[in-house]
Amino acid sequence: MRIARLAPAALLPAVLVLTGCGGGGQPAEDKADGGGAFPVTVTDARGDVTLDARPERIVSLSPTSTEMLFAIGAGDQVAAADEYSNYPEEAPTTELSGFTPNVEAIAEEDPDLVILARDAEASADQLEKIDVPVLVLDAAQTFDDTYAQMRLLGEATGNAEEADAAAGEVEADMEEIVAETEEKLGDESPTVYHEVDEGMYSATSDTFIGQVYSELGLTNIADRAEGAAESGGYPQLSPEFVVEEDPDLIFVAYPGGDAVSELEKRDAFDTVTAVKEGNVVQFDEDIASRWGPRIVDLVQSVSDAALAAQGS
Amino acid sequence: MKSRNAAAWAWFAGAAAFLVAAALLGVAAGYASITPGQIAGTLVAKAVPGMEPPLNDRQLAVLVELRLPRVVLGAMVGALLSVAGAAYQGVFRNPLADPYLLGAAGGAGLGATLVMAFGAAWFDGPRAMVPVAAFTGALLGVAAAYLLGRSAGRNGTASLVLAGVAVSSFLSAVQTLVQQMRIDELQRIYAWLLGGLAKGGWEDVAMVAPYAILGTAVMLVCGRLLDLLALGDEKAVSLGLNTTAVRLVVIGAASLATASAVAVAGLIGFVGIVVPHVVRRLVGTGYRLILPMSLLCGAGFLVLVDVLARTVIAPAELPLGVVTAFLGAPFFIVILRTTRHRAT
Repeated sequence: MRIARLAPAALLPAVLVLTGCGGGGQPAEDKADGGGAFPVTVTDARGDVTLDARPERIVSLSPTSTEMLFAIGAGDQVAAADEYSNYPEEAPTTELSGFTPNVEAIAEEDPDLVILARDAEASADQLEKIDVPVLVLDAAQTFDDTYAQMRLLGEATGNAEEADAAAGEVEADMEEIVAETEEKLGDESPTVYHEVDEGMYSATSDTFIGQVYSELGLTNIADRAEGAAESGGYPQLSPEFVVEEDPDLIFVAYPGGDAVSELEKRDAFDTVTAVKEGNVVQFDEDIASRWGPRIVDLVQSVSDAALAAQGS
Repeated sequence: MKSRNAAAWAWFAGAAAFLVAAALLGVAAGYASITPGQIAGTLVAKAVPGMEPPLNDRQLAVLVELRLPRVVLGAMVGALLSVAGAAYQGVFRNPLADPYLLGAAGGAGLGATLVMAFGAAWFDGPRAMVPVAAFTGALLGVAAAYLLGRSAGRNGTASLVLAGVAVSSFLSAVQTLVQQMRIDELQRIYAWLLGGLAKGGWEDVAMVAPYAILGTAVMLVCGRLLDLLALGDEKAVSLGLNTTAVRLVVIGAASLATASAVAVAGLIGFVGIVVPHVVRRLVGTGYRLILPMSLLCGAGFLVLVDVLARTVIAPAELPLGVVTAFLGAPFFIVILRTTRHRAT
């Protein structure tokens, strides 16, 4: 009984290689007036955090934060990033885990700011015990959350102006794509099925990804599913439901070279419009699961697919 | 008599040396590269003005705020589980009794899970309620296993252990149910259940210390009574022992010890059965010696297990319960094989 309960632990990523310290550069004093005076107080997911000086050795333990930091001009302040921070290319990816952070391993990077995702919140207390300031960021629920987090990181890292400009640019790009898509779609509202995994979990308009569809004027079939409201935004749909709803577009949000063809081969799926017309699109999993500056790419790809399906 | 005392003191000295060695290793081992030499140098530098300490402030904080409390907590948890295991074995006169098999740990786990899942709605400070809920759960778990085992008729090893297994499975099923009902808390509860010391700090040490000291003290004082109990109930009663009272007191103390260990470190199996057995092999059958020896050896043992847990797949960590299960399960089978013709 006990063994069975412990079995999932065997799935822990077997991270075996110790990395050397990611050596960062010397503090860039001349950049210090790039926006904001220190000390500065910002409000993260847990409350107020005060930073006495401009952080020069940031450890980012969430891929989204890493992308944001580089987008707002704080890239050269990032000393280390977690194992999944694979964008942009120059991000200092290490073996550090963002899900189960090892506080001693983080301390070895000698950070003056650590950015954690909400799931890793428990490590924040321990980092604060050894006097490392910590920012805990929630997963964004809306586009506005994305802009707000970029600006928050800007203030916390002394790049307020650049962050404000970057956030404004993302917002403007988004609005432009949305306006253009709405105009071209006209009165039409193609139906869309978003598939989170092979188990046919989907995402309603209450989720971040669902908001992309609703903003673009698409109709999300997951919203109509039974029990969608109680599922926390991620209801499991049945094959019958999807076939009956007959979506015009299907987005596959998980990796796998043959994920699309596997989906198309499912029983009765050959009757679905999206499959018949070849409108099953596989997302770049990283772009689809992060709420950083690359949401523009995400919205653009959804818009392209929607317009292609409509034939305009 | 004198030579027996001398032998006892020799065993204590050996066990204490083992604990000290384990603690030193526990303090030295870890991801951050801090050597014993640097620690010693820093201590010296604190005393000598003008001398530059080998460790910087950050490293010192890692040592004092993260690693030391972890070693202390590990020693406490190991000591508590081992001494509780030894005490249960004495009370039930059963070499297979341990906090896990008897349902004490399962009950403590369920109590703690309930508080973590729903506590915020019931109490002002749910965290402080965890040990209390764990203790209540532990007592209920043991009581259920014991009564169920007795109602099965025979008072042997098999019925008690089987009853304990049944109670433990039932408790873990209820735990799963609670987790499913509170899916938001699932990740937190799950991580805690696997057992670990990673999030422990000095405040955890302080929180558990009173319960741990009380439970351990009662058990150690009762060592002589357990020796009388070992003679068999009839003899013990004829010597003027109130066997029921002794049993209740020792079970209460052992359950309190188990509950406080579970409250800070989650479910860490097998320690309570492995350590007392090794000790018994070494020092013989007297509980006056077995109990304190289990305490010292268990403390050292769990500190070593924790060193393994945090170094094997560093910078990630193995849950402690996984390591003890790897070490303990084969050992358990050996015990089962060697004791079956004696105990049943």
